[in-house]
Amino acid sequence: MLKDQDRIFTNLYGYEDWGVDGAMGRGDWDGTREIMAKGQDWIIDQVKESGLRGRGGAGFPTGLKWSFMPKESRDGRPSYLVINADESEPGTCKDREIIRHDPHKLIEGALLAGYAMRARAAYIYIRGEFVREAERLEAAIAQAYDKGFIGRNACGSGYDFDVYLHRGAGAYICGEETALIESLEGKKGQPRLKPPFPANVGVWGCPTTVNNVESIAVTPTILRRGAAWFAGLGRPNNTGTKLFCISGHVNRPCTVEEEMSIPLKELIERHAGGVRGGWDNLLAVIPGGSSVPLIPKSVCDEVLMDFDSLKEVQSGLGTAAVIVMDKSTDIVRAIARISYFYKHESCGQCTPCREGTGWMWRVMERLAAGRAEKHEIDMLLDVTKQVEGHTICALGDAAAWPIQGLIRHFRDEIERRIDAYQAKAHAVAAE
Amino acid sequence: MLDVIESGGPFAFTDANRKRADAIIAKYPAGRQRSAVMGLLYLAQEQNGGWVSREALEYIADYLGLTRIQVLEVATFYTMYNLKRIGRHHVQVCGTTPCWLRGADEVMRACKDFGLEKGKSTADGLFHLSEVECLGACVNAPMVQIDADYYEDLDYERMTAILEALKRGETPQPGPQIDRQFSAPEGGPTTLKDRVPENVTPGGALKGGA
Repeated sequence: MLKDQDRIFTNLYGYEDWGVDGAMGRGDWDGTREIMAKGQDWIIDQVKESGLRGRGGAGFPTGLKWSFMPKESRDGRPSYLVINADESEPGTCKDREIIRHDPHKLIEGALLAGYAMRARAAYIYIRGEFVREAERLEAAIAQAYDKGFIGRNACGSGYDFDVYLHRGAGAYICGEETALIESLEGKKGQPRLKPPFPANVGVWGCPTTVNNVESIAVTPTILRRGAAWFAGLGRPNNTGTKLFCISGHVNRPCTVEEEMSIPLKELIERHAGGVRGGWDNLLAVIPGGSSVPLIPKSVCDEVLMDFDSLKEVQSGLGTAAVIVMDKSTDIVRAIARISYFYKHESCGQCTPCREGTGWMWRVMERLAAGRAEKHEIDMLLDVTKQVEGHTICALGDAAAWPIQGLIRHFRDEIERRIDAYQAKAHAVAAE
Repeated sequence: MLDVIESGGPFAFTDANRKRADAIIAKYPAGRQRSAVMGLLYLAQEQNGGWVSREALEYIADYLGLTRIQVLEVATFYTMYNLKRIGRHHVQVCGTTPCWLRGADEVMRACKDFGLEKGKSTADGLFHLSEVECLGACVNAPMVQIDADYYEDLDYERMTAILEALKRGETPQPGPQIDRQFSAPEGGPTTLKDRVPENVTPGGALKGGA
């Protein structure tokens, strides 16, 4: 288990003061100017060496992403850091805890990351439903301005840096980075074609990097304690600590910071009080938020919670949102409800996603009832492959993967329902 | 113009809201005031008692120098702008899988038994019920959002109690409705136990066994 002294989010549960005084008592804003004095390239190199991979789901190396930003502006365009606080992937509720209980980690991280990539300001895009969290973050930003930590001559560094909050208004798709940029520009959140990539043409046509809240909020601690400390946690290529959200059929659902690569079984048993009814009552787990394929109990017995280990079992770490389902779960209906989610949230721009998500959901509803033919299972699988990879953004993929995972591991259950439904229909017809 | 949206009579920001609107516009670079449209729609919705009228949309378009369709397409794309009058308390039940696994159906049943109907406002104008998608509080499932606040760790009885309190004109305490600290496990955290006030002696040492 991760030692308490290696935890970054020491006020995760809000027992202490979230404000600037409490934050400084926990070590935030300590020596920020000295860190900045080490230079922009030093910061980026440290983040690269730490092995930090993006915490928003895709796991792209954070330091490398920052290095794509222009070191100087040849045409006068400023650069921007955009922080994705549009936390909406079902199962995921970690950024909310950072925002409401440790907001200064995020704001200090915004300054250090923004400085490293030569940005003039950070825009934090927070999901609209997080009304109280937005109020809290706005108050924390005001505290940081009052202390001179951000704004003109931030922390006495000579660098000017602003932090602004922008509220979304209820659209999952705005968690996709280019949709988020469109939304920040005051438009419908419909993803952009890439290239150009945001590092070249992002918000208002300016170089932009979009990072997840957790990626930014861990940065100050990495820079203070050293890249080697962070890289020494977890496994190579899967380093550091991670916030895990454990929901569903466990005895005590919770969010917890643990070491990357912790075994899934240990994570659930140590922190969430175990699976309801015991480990043997486990049916399946969705290990990384609703978009990643589920894994059955046999895989859960051994799998480690990190990018590479979950990829090996044809799933993914995603946002590390662990959705646990015990044997009482109607697994087909659980996935059908996820299909409904993606149908609801498709922005409607690309035909395979707009039409495909609705089509897949309707078939899933019939499969959940058993009101289908067995050959439709393969037809559904085929359609998921036609949606996957054929849309501008990854929402099409996200809609396809849960269904693929279900068919991969629970085809028997789907077929059993079809048999049961048909047997019942025949029995009724015979009466 | 904008005939599809319900009329609400003449609309203009109050002086206080004009100041807030200008502060929102000032967050964005000069000439990029279009970025403020979402913030201004929220202001209008708040001033207008929970919904955005046709006149408010037109006012915002003029305020920001946008065409009306530019405002309308934003107002219709995002789910949090109500384009018709709704009840005073907007009860939004999360029905997505993590909440569903822990009894979202029971929460919805409590709302229905209380006389609420999905997608409708009650005759007394007190409630409006919606089923919404994941609100990002999954370890506190099942949960609902009522107006600005989250009510978490619900079941049929707790949901009913909240609705009854609102009907009496009270404001129930938001957050977890069981004995737990935010997203910490029920019964106390498994980590950082020395940060929990009741685990620590007056001298600051961790109590035995905690």
